[in-house]
Amino acid sequence: MLRLILLILISASSAIAESVVIGMDKEKVGITATFDGSQILLFGAVKRDKPAPLGNIQVIVTIAGPSEPISVHRKSKVFGIWMNTDTVEVDAAPSFYAVATSSDFSSTINDTEDLRYKVSIPRAIRSVGAPMNVLDAALFSDAVIRIRSDQGLYQLLENTVDIDEQTLFQTSIEMPADISDGDYTARILLTRGGNVIDEFTTIIDVRKVGLERFLFNMSRENPLAYGLMSIAIAIFAGWAASLLFRFFRTT
Amino acid sequence: MQIYLPIAEVSVSAFVLLGLGGIVGILSGMFGVGGGFLMTPLLFFIGIPPAVAVATEANQIVASSFSGALAHLKRKTVDLKMGSILLIGGLLGAGIGIIIFNYLKSLGQVDLLVKLCYVAFLGIIGSLMFIESLRAILKTQGGSIPKKVRRPRGFAQQLPFKIRFRTSGLYISIIPPILVGLLVGILSAIMGVGGGFIMVPAMIYILGMPTKVVVGTSLFQIIFVTGFTTLLHATTNYTVDIALAVLLLLGGVLGAQLGSQFGTRLRAEQLRILLALMVIAVCIKIALDLLIMPSELYSISDASMH
Repeated sequence: MLRLILLILISASSAIAESVVIGMDKEKVGITATFDGSQILLFGAVKRDKPAPLGNIQVIVTIAGPSEPISVHRKSKVFGIWMNTDTVEVDAAPSFYAVATSSDFSSTINDTEDLRYKVSIPRAIRSVGAPMNVLDAALFSDAVIRIRSDQGLYQLLENTVDIDEQTLFQTSIEMPADISDGDYTARILLTRGGNVIDEFTTIIDVRKVGLERFLFNMSRENPLAYGLMSIAIAIFAGWAASLLFRFFRTT
Repeated sequence: MQIYLPIAEVSVSAFVLLGLGGIVGILSGMFGVGGGFLMTPLLFFIGIPPAVAVATEANQIVASSFSGALAHLKRKTVDLKMGSILLIGGLLGAGIGIIIFNYLKSLGQVDLLVKLCYVAFLGIIGSLMFIESLRAILKTQGGSIPKKVRRPRGFAQQLPFKIRFRTSGLYISIIPPILVGLLVGILSAIMGVGGGFIMVPAMIYILGMPTKVVVGTSLFQIIFVTGFTTLLHATTNYTVDIALAVLLLLGGVLGAQLGSQFGTRLRAEQLRILLALMVIAVCIKIALDLLIMPSELYSISDASMH
C-alpha cells in the first residue's frame, strides 16, 4: 500500500514536469453503407518545463470501444452433437481494444503500473468483467481475447508508436469493418523506466451515419414501424418485379 | 463493393448478396419453391448471424411470394378460402415459433435449434426430391405411364367442422388445414422459410387439393405468415436487416421471374435432381458443422438482448 502511495506521488509530481499533448486525424468515425474499417492516426508531443531526466521516454496508446455485456458459450459433445453447454456472463467487455506501444510491451510499462492503469489486453478485459464464478472462468476470458483478437477487435501492437527526438510521437490504429458504434476512449500514457508519468484521455465518436444510422435507430426505437416498412418495401419490390417482367414479355 | 449492413453489423460484398439472391431466385422461379430453405443457410455460410439471417429471409420471402401470388391471382389459381384457413393456423404457428425461438435464444441455443431444423428438413426434402426426380427420369425413359389421380378419402373427411371449398372442389374439416398452417408457421419463425416445401406436398397428399391451385394458395398464405414473422422478429429481436433484405430482393425477384420463364420451357427432371443434390449438400455441410469438433469451442453472443 505504501509503495502504491509512493508511486502515485512520484507520478503526480513528475506529471508536472513532463506532460503530453496530442492530436488526431479524426475525432469522429462515421459508419456509412460503404464503411470498410477505419484507420486512426494519433500524434502528439511531450511538453517539458525543464530538461528531460535520464532514460528514454516511452509512449503507450490505447483505444477502447464501448463496453457491453456478453455471454460466452462453450461447446461440448452431447449425443454426438457439438452444442453450447456452459455459459459465462460477462457484465462488460470492451467491444474493441487496441494497445500500441513504442517498444516491447514489457519494457514500456511494468507490471504494477499495468495493474493500476489496466493497459494490457487481459487486464483491460478483466477489469471491467463481472466476477466470473465458474471454476475455469479464466478459460472463458481467454477465449474472449482469442476470438476477438482473431477478428481484429483486440490488438496488441508492440513497437508501433514512433518516437522522434524523445518528444514527438505518432501511431496509427486500424479498426475493422465490424466494429459497433459508441464512444471510444483513446488513452495516451507516457512512461519512463516502466513507470507512468502522464496520462491523457480523449473520446473518439464512432457513429453510424446517414441511412445506416437512420435504419439502426428506427429498428431499435420504433421497431413496429421498422417492421411494417420492411414489409412494405418487400411488397413493393415483389409487385414492381412482376410488373416489370410483364412489360418486357409483352414488348 | 463492400456494404456495411446496419443491423447485422458486418461488411459483406454487395455482389455476393445480389448473386445469391439471383441464383436462389432462379431456382425458386423454376421449381416453384420459395428458396428460403436454401438462402438462409447460405447466409450463415457468408457470416451473417443466424438470428439476422432467419428474420431477414422471412422479409425477403414476403417479396418473392407476393410477386408469385399476383401471377396466380390473375390466373385464378388461388383458393382464397383455403388460404385463409391455412393462414389462421400459420399466424398462430408463427407466434408459437417466435416464443420457442426467443426462449432458446435466451439459453444461447438458438443457433443449434435453427441448424438442427435445417439438417432434418433439408435432409428429408432433399432425399425425397432426389428419389422422386430419379423415378420421373426413369419413367420417361421407360415410356409414358398414365398418371394416377389420387383421391384420398382419409381422416380429413371424418373430422368435424367441415367446410366446402369451391375453388378446390373439397368438402373437408378445417382441422387438418389449420394444423398444416400451424406447422408451417412455426417453421417460418424458426427457420426463416416460407414453408412451401412442406405445405405443397401436405396440401396435395393430406388435404387432397387439386394440383393447379396448390402453389398459388400456398404463396398466398406465405405472404401473410412471413410478413407476420418479419414483424415479430423486428419487434422482439431487432434482427430484420432491411439493407440485407433489399439486396437479396433485387437479385431474388429478378431471378424468380427469369426462373419462371425457364421453368415453363425446360423439362425440369434433370435440373430437379441438381436442386435435390444441392439441398443435400447444404444439409451435409450444416450437419458436419454440428458433428465435427469445432476449431473454436467458445463463442460470444450479445447478452444485452434478454
